[in-house]
Amino acid sequence: MKAAAFDYIRPETLGAAITLLSKHGPDAKLIAGGQSLLPALNLRLSAPGLLIDIGRLAELRDITLADRTLHIGAGCTHAHVMNHPIVQRHAPLIARALTEVAHPAIRARGTFGGSLANADPAAELPACALALDAVMHAQGPEGPRRIPAAHFFTSLFETALAPDEVLTGVDIPIQGDTQWGFAELARRTGDYAMVGLAAVARPGTIRLGWFSVGQTAILAHRAAAILTEGGPLEAACTALADDLPAHDDPQASAAMRLHLARVLLRRVVGAWGER
Amino acid sequence: MKFSNPARPDAQIGLARARPQARALVQGRGTFASDITVPRMVHAAFLRSPYAHATITAIDLAQARTMPGVVAVLDGAAMADLCTPWVGVLTHLKGLKSAPQHPLAVGRVRWQGEPVAMVLANTRAQAEDAAEHIMVSYDPLPPVVDAAAALAPGAPIIHPELGDNLAFERHIDTGNTDAAFAAADHIIEADFTFGRHTGVTLEARAVVADWNEGEQRLTVHQGTQVPHMMQTIYALHLGLDESQVRVICPDVGGSFGIKIHVYPDEMAAVAASRLLRRPVRFAADRLESFVSDIHARDHTVHARLAVMNDGTITGFDIDDLTGIGPYSAYPRTSAVEANQVINLIGGPYRFAHYRARTRVAFQNKAMMSQYRAVGHPIATSVTEGLLDRAAQRLGIDPVTIRRRNLIPDDAYPCTSPSGMRFEALSHHACLDRLLTLMDYDGLRAEQASLRERGIMRGIGIASFIEITNPGAAFYGVGGARISAQDGATIRLDATGRLIVQASVTEQGQGTTTILAQIAAEAMGVAFEHIRVMLGDTDITPYGGGTWASRAAGIGGEATWQAARALRDQILTLAASILQETPTNLDISGGAVIDHASRAERITLAELARIAYFRPDTLPKGIQAELIATRHYVPREYPFAFTNGIQAAWLELDTETGFITLLKHWVVEDCGTIINPLLVDEQIRGGVVQGIGAALFEQCDYDSEGQMLNASMADYLVPMAGEMPDIIIGHVTTPTAESTIGAKGAGEAGTAAAAAAVANAVNDALSPRGITIDTIPLTPARILAALATYADGVGRG
Ligand SMILES: Cc1cc2nc3c(=O)[nH]c(=O)nc-3n(C[C@H](O)[C@H](O)[C@H](O)COP(=O)(O)OP(=O)(O)OC[C@H]3O[C@@H](n4cnc5c(N)ncnc54)[C@H](O)[C@@H]3O)c2cc1C
Repeated sequence: MKAAAFDYIRPETLGAAITLLSKHGPDAKLIAGGQSLLPALNLRLSAPGLLIDIGRLAELRDITLADRTLHIGAGCTHAHVMNHPIVQRHAPLIARALTEVAHPAIRARGTFGGSLANADPAAELPACALALDAVMHAQGPEGPRRIPAAHFFTSLFETALAPDEVLTGVDIPIQGDTQWGFAELARRTGDYAMVGLAAVARPGTIRLGWFSVGQTAILAHRAAAILTEGGPLEAACTALADDLPAHDDPQASAAMRLHLARVLLRRVVGAWGER
Repeated sequence: MKFSNPARPDAQIGLARARPQARALVQGRGTFASDITVPRMVHAAFLRSPYAHATITAIDLAQARTMPGVVAVLDGAAMADLCTPWVGVLTHLKGLKSAPQHPLAVGRVRWQGEPVAMVLANTRAQAEDAAEHIMVSYDPLPPVVDAAAALAPGAPIIHPELGDNLAFERHIDTGNTDAAFAAADHIIEADFTFGRHTGVTLEARAVVADWNEGEQRLTVHQGTQVPHMMQTIYALHLGLDESQVRVICPDVGGSFGIKIHVYPDEMAAVAASRLLRRPVRFAADRLESFVSDIHARDHTVHARLAVMNDGTITGFDIDDLTGIGPYSAYPRTSAVEANQVINLIGGPYRFAHYRARTRVAFQNKAMMSQYRAVGHPIATSVTEGLLDRAAQRLGIDPVTIRRRNLIPDDAYPCTSPSGMRFEALSHHACLDRLLTLMDYDGLRAEQASLRERGIMRGIGIASFIEITNPGAAFYGVGGARISAQDGATIRLDATGRLIVQASVTEQGQGTTTILAQIAAEAMGVAFEHIRVMLGDTDITPYGGGTWASRAAGIGGEATWQAARALRDQILTLAASILQETPTNLDISGGAVIDHASRAERITLAELARIAYFRPDTLPKGIQAELIATRHYVPREYPFAFTNGIQAAWLELDTETGFITLLKHWVVEDCGTIINPLLVDEQIRGGVVQGIGAALFEQCDYDSEGQMLNASMADYLVPMAGEMPDIIIGHVTTPTAESTIGAKGAGEAGTAAAAAAVANAVNDALSPRGITIDTIPLTPARILAALATYADGVGRG
């Protein structure tokens, strides 16, 4: 299928992009790497009148480390983030997770911010953002604001971003993670997973970010609390029944998905040492 | 001619040559049908039925006609004067029935995806925009989705005029099956289920149809395997003389049998070109391909095997059921797969008692018909699945039971209980080769030691036979105008190079390359000096094209014969110029040479120069004839059967139900190997498609007849990341029916890969006492069989 006709603008600055976005309202849509948006347009699931291309804005492409905070610009491609030495060193979870995001051609175009803003419940990065307790940087006509990851993914393909806001980047606190782990079950390399887990242990807290388990990526609070308190892994596995919504899809029933989630939890946290 | 002797002069047959055409393709210089642009061309887009079964109560085209760029909007009624309907039956498939099928639905829709209306516009995007404004009112009818339900009493009847939903039924009963089962020490029984899947070609179907009102001629550029068949079809249904129709196949991006059928959307596009007197392009997109390309398999088989304590099998009793969608495909029908299933079951083995029934039901799903290895994967999976179950019951090794029952290599020629005639097969030699290649005993030892550590690995073996090189037996005898023979013309040009024009076709498998190899060796010239032209009904000899693994064996032999004929003509001419007797001359290295001394006498270039530019210097009465044509079809056997054996080695994760394929082996016997590189790649590609069927591919339909996973995101084609290394070995038993001795190799990989994988999974599961009879073997199916987790929210 072919996309319905649309107009296209590539503003030179972030400010211009935001102005355009607020001027055209819901008829306009940002395009970054296009790796989720273009399929949606070609399937005619979405037919915006105007595309505002932020894919070449240099201001969105920094990766920096300062004050024990890693900042990743929203416009960095998956490939750039995955291969960046600072990311590999300080947020190895992200580098690891990105190896399972799609295929090299798609990672060369798809962006870090695009994946988070798209909020696909099966995507890896939202769960990583939750597990890493990341903070989203948004900017709109009213100026910048910060949104904790835990409040960012509101429902299926929906985020806390206002319609006229752009996600500009993400802060990841670097707190000397004691442990991290990542695992997903996908039928084929690069596929969206049937279920997946991004887990981070920091002094005093363990966070378990899950994807492909429901309407959004979510944190499993009860299971994490048991593990944080040094409780048995099996108790955490049991608690997943309350943490994770019952989610059926053609690949896995809710019961099978819960079972697989428990397998992943045992494999990821089990590898951290005796429990 | 001994093609096994590598020291023979001008040897080409047997060389692993890469395809020279690949250079253009990887540089993006291929020309596919959808690359062709003709002045004044319009683009077609189709509105397809959202219902599996419904009455059309009204169609309103008015608003769509006003949309920008729209040239015409047509529905079924508009097609009535342009194109006659067709019925997919053949007389030798006795009792097969089907209903007239139209380019665009008339009155009723019978599958989700059936074309209902067509927009022709200046761009495809405009055509799609306008299609959204066609208003169709439907009255939904109860859909008949499941094949068994379609045959149940009281089922809604898809074509009321046919009386019921049974398209075809056939029985085989040879020997005394009841007595064999009564006397059997063991009866093995299983119900096999095979998912419905489809052949996902890299290039979707495409036609560019150009009716030239001035010339009164239709030219269709089409991604097809069968240009002459399509020429006949267009002439017949558009009311033209065949001489008014030219079909050209440019590059074709994969076919697998998808591109040998008549599709309503393509017929509509071609008919529209005549109406509009303008070229029309229809290039299916991937989404519409999933619901409009033919699907395949979708069988359930109740199977019984009679076996004695010593492992001897004595009889098979088979009941096969398949659903084919609402019509039998035209012109090859949709009964061939079912027919093959019961023809081929038990094929590699010696047994006497065989009873089989197959039933083919209409249903409200996409149409089903021939796809790579038609029927073979079903027959092989049933046969090999039963053998493994028998071995397990008897406590003997899967290799032992096969050795005991495979037809001995010295027993040929012979005939199977279903009437298949085998010229010469090599099951035991292939089995021996396989066991060495895979180090069977070593692998079993490794499996046992890993099992002690809780690692579940499985080995699966599957022998197979494959139908190749069909003559008229498939279609011609049933009344279809589908050529069973093929032809080749070869011509010496003025610089001593050669041009081959042949009626078999190329879809990426390397037909062009092997024909050049054959012609080069037959002539005694360099491979690089042969140019091959295929796929144009105006310029090639008449023939059937490429399907059923016949291009190499039939088209290759025609090319050999043509080249040998031209060689004789050249020697006659050379002899008259050189005042020599032809038998003292030979051709080698692009020159006429002295037969005894091998000394060069005259180059072909010089000979051509004289023939074309200085015929005045030739002896009186000599006219140079530097072109020759030959045609070929095997006459002794209806099919050249090939054989082989495959093995799979895999690991099962019992916690997740995921399977990791570790290695796959194939030993096969396609007779003379013209190009080992291309044969091996054909086999690998075929294995990958078989693995797709075993683990990944399935057209998921809901109870309303809606295909749920009709996109590349949801329909899982096998991909490189999951594929194992595929090791290939060969045994060579040339067919004595032709000079080159080549049989087909295109479908061998697909025939048995799923059987080998399923047997390996069941072997891995054997310590748990579980077998699974359904493919694809998804994690959900495996976990369900293992009862790994409770079906609630308790502890996993
Ligand atoms: C075949 C295939 C396989 C894939 N597999 C996976 C996978 O396994 N895992 C996975 O996670 N992803 C996968 N993806 C999606 C891929 O990761 C996308 O790149 C990503 O989801 C979106 O990033 P993008 O830059 O391409 O965004 P776009 O497609 O350009 O935009 C996506 C959405 O986000 C909005 N948006 C983009 N940037 C911003 C911003 N800075 N601020 C606010 N809104 C913004 C857009 O308006 C749009 O609504 C796959 C894609 C394909 C085509």
